[in-house]
Amino acid sequence: MKKSLWAGSALLLSLFACQAAFAEGGAVADQYKWLTFVVFGAIIGLTMYVTYRAAKQTSSAADFYAAGRSVTGVQNGWAIAGDYLSAASFLGIAGLISLYGYDGFMYSVGWLVAYITVLLVIAEPCRNIGKYTLGDILAFRNNPKASKTVAAISTVTVSTFYLTAQMVGGGVLVKTLIGIDYEISVIAVGILMLTYVVFGGMKATTWVQIIKAILLVTASILLVLFTWGQYGFSFPGFLDAVVGNADVQKQVAKLLGDAATNMTPEQLGQRFLEPGLFLKNPIDQISLGMALVLGTAGLPHILMRFFTVPTAQDARKSVIWAMGIIGGFYVLTLFLGMGAAINVTPATIVGLDKGGNMAAPLLAQFVGGGPDSLLGNFFLAFVAAVAFATIVAVVAGLVLAAASAMSHDLYVGVVRGDHATAQEQITAARVATVIVGALAIYVGIAAKGQNVAHLVALAFAVAASSNLPAVFLTLYWKKTNTYGVVAGMLVGAFSAIYLVMVSPNMTYPLAKIADAKKVLEGTPATPAKEAAAAQWGFSCELFASADCKKEVKASPEKPAVPGAKEKLAKAQTDLAALADEAAKAAKQKEIAGLEKAIKAAEDDLKKFEGQTTSMMGLEKPWFQLKNPGLISIPLGFLVTILVSLFTRDRRSDEMWDELYVRQNTGINAEGAQAH
Amino acid sequence: MASNINWAAIDSDPRFQALHKKKTTFLWSLMIISTVYYFLLPIGAAYYPDLFKIKVWGPMNVGILFALSEFVVAWTIAAVYARRANRDFDAMAAEIVRDVA
Repeated sequence: MKKSLWAGSALLLSLFACQAAFAEGGAVADQYKWLTFVVFGAIIGLTMYVTYRAAKQTSSAADFYAAGRSVTGVQNGWAIAGDYLSAASFLGIAGLISLYGYDGFMYSVGWLVAYITVLLVIAEPCRNIGKYTLGDILAFRNNPKASKTVAAISTVTVSTFYLTAQMVGGGVLVKTLIGIDYEISVIAVGILMLTYVVFGGMKATTWVQIIKAILLVTASILLVLFTWGQYGFSFPGFLDAVVGNADVQKQVAKLLGDAATNMTPEQLGQRFLEPGLFLKNPIDQISLGMALVLGTAGLPHILMRFFTVPTAQDARKSVIWAMGIIGGFYVLTLFLGMGAAINVTPATIVGLDKGGNMAAPLLAQFVGGGPDSLLGNFFLAFVAAVAFATIVAVVAGLVLAAASAMSHDLYVGVVRGDHATAQEQITAARVATVIVGALAIYVGIAAKGQNVAHLVALAFAVAASSNLPAVFLTLYWKKTNTYGVVAGMLVGAFSAIYLVMVSPNMTYPLAKIADAKKVLEGTPATPAKEAAAAQWGFSCELFASADCKKEVKASPEKPAVPGAKEKLAKAQTDLAALADEAAKAAKQKEIAGLEKAIKAAEDDLKKFEGQTTSMMGLEKPWFQLKNPGLISIPLGFLVTILVSLFTRDRRSDEMWDELYVRQNTGINAEGAQAH
Repeated sequence: MASNINWAAIDSDPRFQALHKKKTTFLWSLMIISTVYYFLLPIGAAYYPDLFKIKVWGPMNVGILFALSEFVVAWTIAAVYARRANRDFDAMAAEIVRDVA
């Protein structure tokens, strides 16, 4: 009775909180917003109840950080999926597929393959020798204080990058879906997540992640049943519908530009199922692939999940389950994305969000009966609530990882030299959680309007260049020592961050100003060009240099293209001459579009006026790839290996036998706690 | 369990050496197969687009089949590893642990 009261009041409270933040706009029509809040309330109520139960069982550090090591392999598999499938993969990849077809699907593959590394080399050994954190694994044979300090720095760095992307993405998403103010949604995500983690620790976090993963998979399966079912579950039949769809053909024609002029509608549709509409730079692709495949195994919040199961065998089982769920989910995304492309149309999806994030929610609305139906809006509300639960669950896992690095590694391990009472440990953990949580809310609000999409890729790159070489070599290479690990982690992390700061991900004012001018004034006529041979080596793919010259193909003279200002003047004179109402309305729409483009360009001009260089003092990017992994990962490994070879550390040598026997056999592994 | 375990002795135990050897070869071969197979996808899409465009079944082309096969290969590797570890490696490790306790 008492329990249900508790849950009931939490539900009501959250409902009121949502209603108070009610604002106009968003994908959900105003008269259906109450539906969204009912679904949100139900999910929040359920997770609060779980947190209440977990809080009663959380009394020691092992409970707080590792759920008392009592999570089963299957549960942990679902929790890993819940921890890993962020809004970026749920909404982002479905969106990419709906806008760019094949390339979006190809992009999703690496996120699953990443778990092969986790399964084969990381999960079981880490469970056998670790305790709560990445720092514990490294401290096994390296100098504990040095390795815990550097592991904590790296954990907080990786988690903060990932966290910022989640908070900003989450705030924008909730605003786009239901029109709640950005700041309020960031604060709501932060407070909910803090409630779960502070009171329920890893136990509550685990259950929130499991609930979210089940909701996500259920929602996706239902949507796929409806969309694919129309075609009798025939895969070629479904693809035929994609190829033959006029909106898909229009989207491909838009993406291809001039190249589309001589193609039949049939060919345009088929082009949607072929590579090259989105991912244009294969070397960047490979660089990202390396960061995914090696970085996932070095993500602190994923590593931490393996300490929650009783044995290494359960860790193995949990990765197998996670791979089934994550892989199955990405296969479903193919249908979600293509289904959204046919039924919602790419133009509508881009209209609400440029990155395509609204593809899955809009598909849900369509499946239920469209924007004017109760069922359609219920489905949309459900998917919106799942997206919200997704953000909260991922953020909770990240905050827990960063907080444990601060409290367990830095405070208990380094400051107190591992002499802290049980009570002190758990208090430190909760205090650290509140600090990290408050920081997450602050960063989320401070970074409003910033482009943070590249931060997730950067988190993977740092994890792959810093954490993975350290963990992998500590586990498998006898000569690894403290000096190598510390040097390798620092060089790996800093090189990844530095390369991104001088990459095309940053904002370059000169390019922005040139783009804005082009929009306003158009491009002048260019004279005919003569062919010139290329001066191009592999290094030109990576770094900017005056010696690099791309091949120039001979091209005829090109006429000038008018800018938006000129077009606007023309449209206005045209409008005055028009008599037909329909034609007038169309012209007015065109004028409104042009005025919007002019305003955006003029805002950019004002914003970047007088600036010539990026925050790193560059006029143009020096590093040519968006993903630094190709350089920083080998560098991280190389520095760890070289420094280890040229230095000696007795403890690292002496502990090797014990580490190697224990990671393979599980002797003396941290056991499960009975409750 | 005894705290003064002679780790070096276990390490040089022929049974442990056999486990180590078996595991190392097995893990490395799976790792190499999966990595090579994965990177064939972006490389193929970028440098052999004409191959990816060949239609196999209705509008379904080699590229889509190949991307789907990435999932199948990843799951197969996971299953092969789990089977081997459950059947062989766990038993070999358990035997070593039994003698220590």
